[in-house]
Amino acid sequence: MGVTKLRKPRHAGLPARNPGVALDLDWLAEQRVNRSAAERRAQSLAGRRTVKKDWQAAWLLRALTCIDLTTLDGGDTSSNVARLCAKARRPLRSDLAAALGAESLNVAAVCVYPLFVEEACGALAGSGIPVASVAAGFPDGLTKFEQRLDEVRDARVAGAQEIDIVIRRQWVLSADWSALYQEVQAFRKAAGDCRLKVILGTGNLGNLTNVSKASLVAMMAGADFIKTSTGKEGVNATLPVTLVMLRAIRHFFDRTGFAVGFKAAGGIRKAKDALSYLMLVHEELGTAWLCESRFRIGASGLLGDLSRQLEHRTTARYSSDRRHPMG
Amino acid sequence: MTTIPDLFEQMAYGPAPEDASAAHAWLGNHEAVFGHWIGGRWTSPRRDFQSKNPADGALLAELSQGTAEDIDHAVRAARASLKAWQSLSGDQRGRHLYAIARQVQKHARLFAVLETLDNGKPIRESRDIDIPLVARHFYHHAGWASLIEDELPGSQPVGVVGQVIPWNFPLLMLAWKVAPALAAGNTVVLKPAEYTSLTALLFAEMVHRAGLPPGVLNIVTGDGVTGRALVKHQGIDKVAFTGSTEVGREIRSVTAGTGKALTLELGGKSPFLVFSDADLDGAVEGVVDAIWFNQGEVCCAGSRLLVQESVAIVFEERLKRRMQTLRVGPPLDKAIDMGAIVDPTQLQRIERYVEMGKAEGGVCWQSDVVLPSEGCFFPPTLFTGVESAHTLAREEVFGPVLAAMTFRTHDEAIALANNTRYGLAASVWSENVNLALDVAARLKAGVVWVNCTNQFDAASGFGGYRESGFGREGGVEGLWAYRRATADLPADQGLSPDPMPEPLAPREGRTLDRTPKLYIAGRQVRPDGGHSRAIPSPDGSLLGEVGEGNRKDIRNAVEAAHAASAWGRVSAHGRAQVLYFLAENLEARSKEFAARLLDCTGRDGRAEVEASVRRLFIYAGWCDKFEGAVHQAPVGHIVLALPEPIGVIGVICPDEAPLLSMVSLLSPVLAMGNTVVLVPSERHPLIATDFYQVLDTSDVPAGAINLVTGSKDLLAQVLAEHDDVDALWYAGHADLGGMIERWSIGNLKQTWVTAGQRNWSDPTLGEGREFLRRATQVKNLWVPYGE
Repeated sequence: MGVTKLRKPRHAGLPARNPGVALDLDWLAEQRVNRSAAERRAQSLAGRRTVKKDWQAAWLLRALTCIDLTTLDGGDTSSNVARLCAKARRPLRSDLAAALGAESLNVAAVCVYPLFVEEACGALAGSGIPVASVAAGFPDGLTKFEQRLDEVRDARVAGAQEIDIVIRRQWVLSADWSALYQEVQAFRKAAGDCRLKVILGTGNLGNLTNVSKASLVAMMAGADFIKTSTGKEGVNATLPVTLVMLRAIRHFFDRTGFAVGFKAAGGIRKAKDALSYLMLVHEELGTAWLCESRFRIGASGLLGDLSRQLEHRTTARYSSDRRHPMG
Repeated sequence: MTTIPDLFEQMAYGPAPEDASAAHAWLGNHEAVFGHWIGGRWTSPRRDFQSKNPADGALLAELSQGTAEDIDHAVRAARASLKAWQSLSGDQRGRHLYAIARQVQKHARLFAVLETLDNGKPIRESRDIDIPLVARHFYHHAGWASLIEDELPGSQPVGVVGQVIPWNFPLLMLAWKVAPALAAGNTVVLKPAEYTSLTALLFAEMVHRAGLPPGVLNIVTGDGVTGRALVKHQGIDKVAFTGSTEVGREIRSVTAGTGKALTLELGGKSPFLVFSDADLDGAVEGVVDAIWFNQGEVCCAGSRLLVQESVAIVFEERLKRRMQTLRVGPPLDKAIDMGAIVDPTQLQRIERYVEMGKAEGGVCWQSDVVLPSEGCFFPPTLFTGVESAHTLAREEVFGPVLAAMTFRTHDEAIALANNTRYGLAASVWSENVNLALDVAARLKAGVVWVNCTNQFDAASGFGGYRESGFGREGGVEGLWAYRRATADLPADQGLSPDPMPEPLAPREGRTLDRTPKLYIAGRQVRPDGGHSRAIPSPDGSLLGEVGEGNRKDIRNAVEAAHAASAWGRVSAHGRAQVLYFLAENLEARSKEFAARLLDCTGRDGRAEVEASVRRLFIYAGWCDKFEGAVHQAPVGHIVLALPEPIGVIGVICPDEAPLLSMVSLLSPVLAMGNTVVLVPSERHPLIATDFYQVLDTSDVPAGAINLVTGSKDLLAQVLAEHDDVDALWYAGHADLGGMIERWSIGNLKQTWVTAGQRNWSDPTLGEGREFLRRATQVKNLWVPYGE
């Protein structure tokens, strides 16, 4: 180990950003998701796939590169944002990173509230790590549309390179797909060159068929990523929801040729959980999706567990949190 | 050496082998050579045949080929332990079963690994499916052991049971056989399949450790020769078999006429129907579970894919994409979807079918998976363009080969799905509950899974319609297979048959001549052959002449009975009305029937007519009360056990109590929605020919009841051999009973043969639930729910 150094994966011939397509209501009407079947698939996958030893270390490192290291807490201040950014720059303790040949690896982004975008940009300057801002009335999307739009513009102006917007769930619940489409389109326009991640708030959508339809509409409207949840809903990322969104991404790619990314957010704290998500992506979309440009995990605590598991790989002893710098 | 950075680039799964050392250690403790397990100890081991790991061909153990002497030894041990086992209370037997369940759980990983080594199935399946279901089966039946006396009143254990199980789910099939047998108070001799004996031997050792009394469970290893010796052994009271329809047929033939009870769980070519409104991605996963579970070596594998034309192209694309992600390889790897085919012989059989499929014009597509260089492996295989005339649509491959066809309408889907000799299982995918339940109701299969597939639970019965066998395993239905109801007992009640006096005195010509005819399709018809037979009274004078029915009359009657199948869809209330009406009309003519009975039998017929009216009345009451069950299924599922009519049932009536016996057999058959071809008492057919006038006045639909008089021997053979008769009931002399069982192997129809004469006026012998159970077959319908 350590002779070859890890580099961030790149994908040759990565298709251009999803420009979106016309709203296709017939396509939506075909969507049917049987929850029992989706749950069965998600559940059985855990028993069907596993990675061990060096393979597991490689997968855990890949998970690390896909993390949107996040703090979205009412108590956020400059100090904990700065600490998070420092952690983003050096996600692994340096001796551990060296042992794994992973010194060059970073997390995918740092995700904060709009107020902290400038500070985070400063803290990450020169690292190449983008700052992602939540926007558009996060977490519920229930402020005035103009205000939400302004938030998106403000985040861009403040230096965010990625913007995680929330949709107004009402459009899904009342099946007003054209309202949803127009809203996401408007955010996309306001976001300019920023990567647009569309948070569906799946815990509010009632059923998996709605998740599938909302995923498609977001992609039709030009989402770069579709994202499960804000982390604030009662139920956040789950494997069945992820399965449905990944399938929607696959169908969109098959039909339009545009590759849209997926972000799971909320409740993914353990390395083992992260692996389950990676495996589900691997199975449903293939390895091409297992890179930061197409797959993210929004998390704060996960990095700690990844570090512990990776240390276990290098020492064969179970590790402790206190041995790893907190983020 | 591959480094972490390389692996980081590749993002492949890598090896994840399960540790097999404990299993090898167990084999090593036995020096990898085994005897049989008889009477609580090992016989001296012999190196007669080898058990190999199909994944790499490595020798696992050498085993003893059970001889007729070994079988005899084992049956004697089972017999010797029977009395003590039956003298235990239900609770005490339940404790033994509970201990077995615990023992399986305590050593779950050893069982799972040994199973995978021996059979080639992925460790994921043996670990997550087979072994947990084994434990669940013993827990479930531990409860039954305690409850059986109350819940199955008036029944008795069958005795010593001989069981022959297949190699596809070795320990699970053992559990399905052994748990209900022991719970019901029987002792067992079991022969595992010769490819996969090891977990049965480990199990024997483990249950011994758990305190099961010696002789209650005996395991004899060997091939079909050993199985044949077991099935033929005269000390066996019942045979339970799971395996191929071919061998099942042979067993039916061997056990015919021996009085041995029999349950058969045989092959299938189960349909998997995908409607255009299904969750197609969900259905693709369903196909994976249907045909690439256990390498497709599953009797209920969804091996015939029927997809609605409008979504066929997109479904095929998605299915192929999914097939590319199936991982085939070392079964002990924890991230493998498909392991090894059980044996080179089976692999060759699969290859032969695939070649045949190509030759017949099917389009073969296989995933790009790289198979291991050694061992018995076969890739996931999809045939498209399969027509129902092709071999792949009709014959069981028992491998990972899916035959896909399309359909246009839901009626066509049902017709295609039912166009098979088999009837084990079916899977229906649609988001429309009306459609799904309609299809489920009309499929001829013992298990129907809606929006799921290959779901099993100990509380839910499993077993087939048609040539997929008879009897159920699991649930209360399965328990009944190991008990004898009073009405099943050979019932020689000390009655002597009415003699056929010779010669016939000429008829006294006082009344206008009557010509009794056959009654087919609601009409009185003359016999096809144009012959009649004379019927004497007890004193030898001529009572009358009835039609001499022949093959063609039976053929016509069976066709009429099928044409009247709408009777099975009449509401239970509606059927009750007809039976009540029959009772009413028979009672109105009771004097006439009593007089006829007196003429025919020389005995006062009044009590018999009264009993017959009462019996019709009782079964009219039963029509809407013999209900199914809602099983305690896994959470998120509704599992309904639905009693359904079997179809066309042939009934051969005895001579004793000719009216009452006929009514006793006819009423439950009719009450449950079957249609019937009935051969009346050969000695006293005039009762039956009078009876059709009652039928004519009672709103019985044309063809629901057909009466063919004539020679019992001849007509019984035609009925038994008729492939479109679904079941046959016979009460009478044992010789003909045995012949009927033998003749019926053509379509493996369910026969209910009780030898000897019975006292039909005794309600415990002449009526009740056992008659209704025999007149129905249970369809288990699985419907998962959740939004």
